[in-house]
This record gives sequence, C-alpha cells and structure tokens, in this order.
Amino acid sequence: MTQMEPIARTNGTKPTEAAPGIERIDVAAVSSKSLRSLYGERKPIYPKRAHGTFRSIKWIVMAVTLGIYYLLPWVRWERGPGLPNQAFLLDFANQRLYFGPIEIWAQELYFITGILVLSALGLFLVTAIAGRMWCGYACPQTVWTDLMIAVERFWQGDRNARMRLDQSAWTLEKIWKKTATHISWLVISIATGGVLVFYFRDAPTLAAELVRGDAPLIAYVFLGIFTGTTYLLGGIAREQVCIYMCPWPRIQAAMFDAESLLVSYHEHRGEPRGAHKKGQTWLDRGDCIDCKACVAVCPMGIDIRDGAQMECIQCALCIDACDDIMDKVGRPKGLISYDTFLNVEAPAGAEPVPVRIVRPRTVLYSALIALVVGLMAWAWLARLTTQISVIADRNPMFVALSDGGVRNGYTLKILNKTHSAQAFQVAIDGVPGATMSIVGFEGTSAPLNIEANNVRAFKIYVTAPAPIWRKMSGTAVPLRFKVTNIDSGETAINNATFRGPGS
Amino acid sequence: MAINKEIDAVTGVETTGHVWDGDLKELNKPLPKWWLYVLYASIVWSIGYWVLYPAWPGISGYTRGTLGYSQRVEVAKDLALAKESQAKFIEAIGAKPIEEIEKNPDLMEFVLRGGATQFGNNCAPCHGKGAQGFKGYPNLNDDDWLWGGGNEAIQNTIRYGIRSGHEKAHEGAMPRFGIDQILTNAQISDTADYVLSLSGVKGDTAAVERGKTVFGEQCAACHGAEAKGTLEMGAPNLTDGIWLFGGRKVDVEETIRNGRSGVMPAWEGKLDPVTIKMLAIYVHSLGGGK
Repeated sequence: MTQMEPIARTNGTKPTEAAPGIERIDVAAVSSKSLRSLYGERKPIYPKRAHGTFRSIKWIVMAVTLGIYYLLPWVRWERGPGLPNQAFLLDFANQRLYFGPIEIWAQELYFITGILVLSALGLFLVTAIAGRMWCGYACPQTVWTDLMIAVERFWQGDRNARMRLDQSAWTLEKIWKKTATHISWLVISIATGGVLVFYFRDAPTLAAELVRGDAPLIAYVFLGIFTGTTYLLGGIAREQVCIYMCPWPRIQAAMFDAESLLVSYHEHRGEPRGAHKKGQTWLDRGDCIDCKACVAVCPMGIDIRDGAQMECIQCALCIDACDDIMDKVGRPKGLISYDTFLNVEAPAGAEPVPVRIVRPRTVLYSALIALVVGLMAWAWLARLTTQISVIADRNPMFVALSDGGVRNGYTLKILNKTHSAQAFQVAIDGVPGATMSIVGFEGTSAPLNIEANNVRAFKIYVTAPAPIWRKMSGTAVPLRFKVTNIDSGETAINNATFRGPGS
Repeated sequence: MAINKEIDAVTGVETTGHVWDGDLKELNKPLPKWWLYVLYASIVWSIGYWVLYPAWPGISGYTRGTLGYSQRVEVAKDLALAKESQAKFIEAIGAKPIEEIEKNPDLMEFVLRGGATQFGNNCAPCHGKGAQGFKGYPNLNDDDWLWGGGNEAIQNTIRYGIRSGHEKAHEGAMPRFGIDQILTNAQISDTADYVLSLSGVKGDTAAVERGKTVFGEQCAACHGAEAKGTLEMGAPNLTDGIWLFGGRKVDVEETIRNGRSGVMPAWEGKLDPVTIKMLAIYVHSLGGGK
C-alpha cells in the first residue's frame, strides 16, 4: 500500500500523522452541509485514487456501459432486403425503431412509454433497496466524469500532484500536462458525440459520410452538441451537475426509507475520532483515526462522517478508502459500509437489524414492474402485422346524391408491418345495402398490394341508396371496415361512422 | 476606481468606491466572467454578421453583406428546384390524354395532390375547400352536373367558365318570369307546387295540375317535358334531390320569379393548360364524376 503519496510541504515540516505510518490528509469537504450558501464560488475537488472492491466494481461497470455505448451501433441484424441491418437503430427518418427482432412503428410509440415507465420503476426499486446505486455506478454523468478524472490522473498524477500543478506557475510542464488533459477530454467527447449519431443512421454508412464530410447537417449538429456537453459536463462541471442541475437528488429522498442500504459512517463505532498513537489502546475511543482518506477520495467533495447528504452519489469509494485504512491499523473493516438508517441510528450496542430486501415498498415496485412487463409482453404478442386506420372525410361529411342516396368518403390506410409484399381485401359492414368503391380499382375484390414494411392509403366511397338511407335511424350510423390479408387471413377491423342528412 | 479601492469590513468584498448620502456604499459584484466573455464574443460575432449578411437599413435600400445572401434568392432557388423536379410530371400530363393519365398511378398521385392544392388556391373561395359548394355554388362531390360531369366536360367548364363573357363560355340563363311579367304570382306558385311534386313533395292537387300546364308552356323548352333537364342548356334536372338554389317552395318561387344566372369565371389565360387539366381530373375524382 504505497500509493499514499506524502504531501509536499514547502516549509519542510513533516505531515501530520493520523496513526503510525498513516498520513492525515490535508483536505476539506468543500461540499459539506455546513458550507452551503445561496451562492458559493466553486471550490476545486481533487479526488484521490481509491483501491478496493467498489472501485473495481465501478471500473467494471464503466467498461461494460461504455462498451455497450460505443459498440452497440455496430452490431448487425439481418432483416431482409431493403431494410436496415443495424440491430439497434432509431430510424427517425423512416419513423421506425429497431431493437434486434423488435420493430416499432411510429404508431406504436406506446412501447417506448412502457420502456420509460419500466426504467422509472426500476430506478425506484433499486433506490429503495440500495439508495442512489444509479448515481454512484451507472449514470452517464458518473461514468464519463469517472473516465475524465482517470484521464486527468493519467496526465497530471494523483491528488497531490494535481494540487501542486494547479498552484504552480505556468511552466512548460504545466502547459503540456494541461493541454494533454484537455485534448484527451475532447477526443473522448468527440468519440461520445460521434457514436451517439450512429444510433440514428446506419453506422458504417454514416461513419464514412462523417469522414468524407458529406453527412447530413443534423448529424454534425448533434455530434457538436454531444461533444460540447460531454466535455463541459463530464470534464469541467462534474459534481456541479449532480448538485445543482440534476433533479434526482431531490426526488430520491422520497424513494428510500429506513431500511434502504446506504453508504453510511458508523458513528457509534467511529467516535470519538482522533489520531491514534503507537501502542495506544483502542478502548474508550472510536475507530476513526481522522485520516480523512474518505474525504480525499470523494468525487463530490463531502465528508461521509457528517451523515446522509444530498450531495452524496453513493459511489462507495469512501468505503474502499476506509477499509484500506482499517486494515492497516488492524481494526475490522466496515467503519464506513452499506447499511440501513435503522442500524446506523440505533442506540449504541443494539443488535444489528437484519436487512430486509422484501418489504412492502420493494414488493409494490416489483409488482408494478411485473405488471408493466406483462402488459407490454401481451401487447407485443397480440400485435398484428396488419394495422389499419380509417379517416372519414370531414369536408363534406357526406354528399347527397341526385337520387336521394347518400355517399360518404373515407381514407383507408393499411400498414403492412411484414418484411414482404402483401395483398389485402377490404369489406364493409354495418350499413346493409351500401355499396363500396375504391378509387383507382375496378370492383371491390381487386387485391390491394402493399410493399414490404410500408403504408398505403386508399380512397374509398361508400354509398347508401335512397331507400336504405330513409330506413336508417338518425344521421350517423356505425360502419365497420374489415381488412383481410389474402394470404395469411389476418384481419384488422376499424370502426367508422356513416353520416347523412337528417330526415 | 482603483484609487478608491476599499474592502467592506462586514463582507470582505470590495466596494465600488462610490458613496451616497454620506455613508451609503455599494459592494462591487461584477457580472460573472463567463457571462461577460459571452457578451464580448457576441459583439465580435455581430460585427462579422454585419459584414457577411444583410444588416443595416438605409434610405432606399440596405447593406447587402459580402455573402450576397437574401431570403428571396433562397426562395427562388427552392422554387426553381421544385419546378425542376416537377417538370417530368408536368410534361407528361400536358402531353397525355386524360384517360391515359388516370391509368398511371404515379401521374395520378401528382395530379390529385397538385389538383387539391390548385383547387384550394383558385376554386375554394366559391366552391368551398372540400368542394362541398354553397347555395348558388354547386357541390362538386355529387353526381349532378349542369354542364356535364365527364373529364372533358369539366375541363371545358373550367377553361371557359359559365356566363363568363368568354366566347366559348356556357351560356343560357333562367329567365326572370316574375320580374319580366311573363307569369303572375299565382302562376309562379302553381308552377313551384308542380316542380316540387316531381320530387315527391305533396302539394294542392289543383295547383299542381295548373302548374303542370304552365310548366308545359314555359319551362319544358329548356328543362324538358319530363323536367329531367338539358345538358346543352345547363338546365337542371328538377326531379332529383339536389337543389342548387334551395328546394323549399319559397326558394323555387324566387328562382322562377327572379331568374338565375350564376357566373363561373373562365380560367383560360389565368391558369396554364396543365393546371386546368389537373383541376379537371381532381374534380372528376371527387366521387361524382361521370
């Protein structure tokens, strides 16, 4: 464990020791509760590198999430001729969303609503179980900030080196280190913005277009926007985004309860804190040696020992830092750990309450998730490959004919969601004796051919002869359109209205 | 200001150096730097904009900018592009007979969409946006045509108009039987009763009989002995359910008394032949075309 660099002191005095061989880091929790004000100037945070279980988990989550983000647009999925072969494609231009075997038309955006509802409920459930897991591990802001900090550390060194560099004059070394950092950030940002646009247009095609410079303007615009926001939010603004811009910290308070697992400092065990001298007994004192390692690693600039705080994103890096120290001073790990309010706030010496994952809150969220998943699955399985819509002419709503009959006009749209050309037949039902004609077609039995994955509109006139119209009650009668796929027999039905003058 | 630099003891913030009413001072709280730099950048940007783009108004013109940009030019470019892309359709529509156009789905799509637009621009003020018509302005959706409902007939009507003054216009008007004292009020009432009886409206039998005689003498020449109308005269069929000027007895009496001579303008010369052809096909497609 040699990564603890001794702090550089210009006056040559030895750094303070928190315990034999363990430095007390000269760090202030800049986002501490006690320092909150209506307007405060931003104070820089120099997160120290942490090592341990949670840091490893965060590296893995970063690798997985970034891997998915950067590689997903390149995954191919054969759908047949004339159709995009990108597995994950938000084809706004043609109003289709493709997710592997799933294909969503603009008319079916409710599936996206379902996914959003599921995401929200999933977030609620995770928060109820273990607090701001999302914020600490998976949020893009966290992942990219973590990446940007890693890059910064690569060029400028760890906490102390970075602080020294910022305080030093603009030497050549400082200039090249800072330049290298910002260039790396920009490269990452451009890659981020560059990949985003691949989700909206065939990736290999767009990549070639981007390189040649003849991609659609909108691709460059969004590339620019996401390059800018990645650089600004991930590289520059960092914790400011979580504290001041994001609404989730405010909402989370309603999401977790006394039984949620939160990153917590065990005050009963830690206090009274203070430096530990060699050979000193651990009786009558807390385990916290006040080395401030937990503050130094915090990317949010808080002191976890102040208790639960709005700024805490629950990244658990302080757990890693503290466990490391506890190991060194020979005390049990877990002075800072995932624990519930029930335990953290229990009287000293109380038996720890076992963690209860299954409780009304989590059961309710899980039930809601199951319900939405069930509804979506049912909607997906019941989805027809033929969909129709009928729009009655509004101007005029009906046409009185010279023989006293009544004619109504309709626009029938047939959606062929299959990947091959299909032929359809249309029939009406509801106005006995009414005749139908399809503009551009002889008779009503001619097959209506629609290309693969396409929509076609037909103009349909329905005429009720005078004797029939006189017998009908009222001025509006239900009329049903039935469209049948000639090959598969699949039928789609749409209810419309037939109107006429009052008697 | 540097001369008067003073730090406020309470807040530790520099003051502006001004003193009002003997002791009132103001803390110096400058605008955020990023805000100020954005403002400066905007000023620099605007200078570039003045040079490149039209910017300053003058007495009889404006500064045009070195890029020569103008929204009118952009529109003209777009219009030229649109014209160019439409050219092959326009050419085909002009060259081909209507029957052939109707069999070509691509051409028909162009004709119907273009026709709908042209109808909205030129015909809708009188006939209504849905061609539903108003009193005195015929509904073009139905199957009742005073001057013929075939493609060619409709095209001719659009081209030359009705009583428009064009030498090839449809002529022939409903005479003013009352005003010109050809018929008495009683005769007009009887005739109206007879005409309405033709489409099933019950009236006083004696009046209908008297009206029938008047009809035979005065009306049959144009409307025909059976009142089925004559296409060449534009005389409507009086036995059907469609009444251009209203089908109540007072309406019919008014028509007989004052006559009718609605006007449809001749569009030849105002619209090009291809547009007129597109309009004819569009109107014919509305459902009532013969």
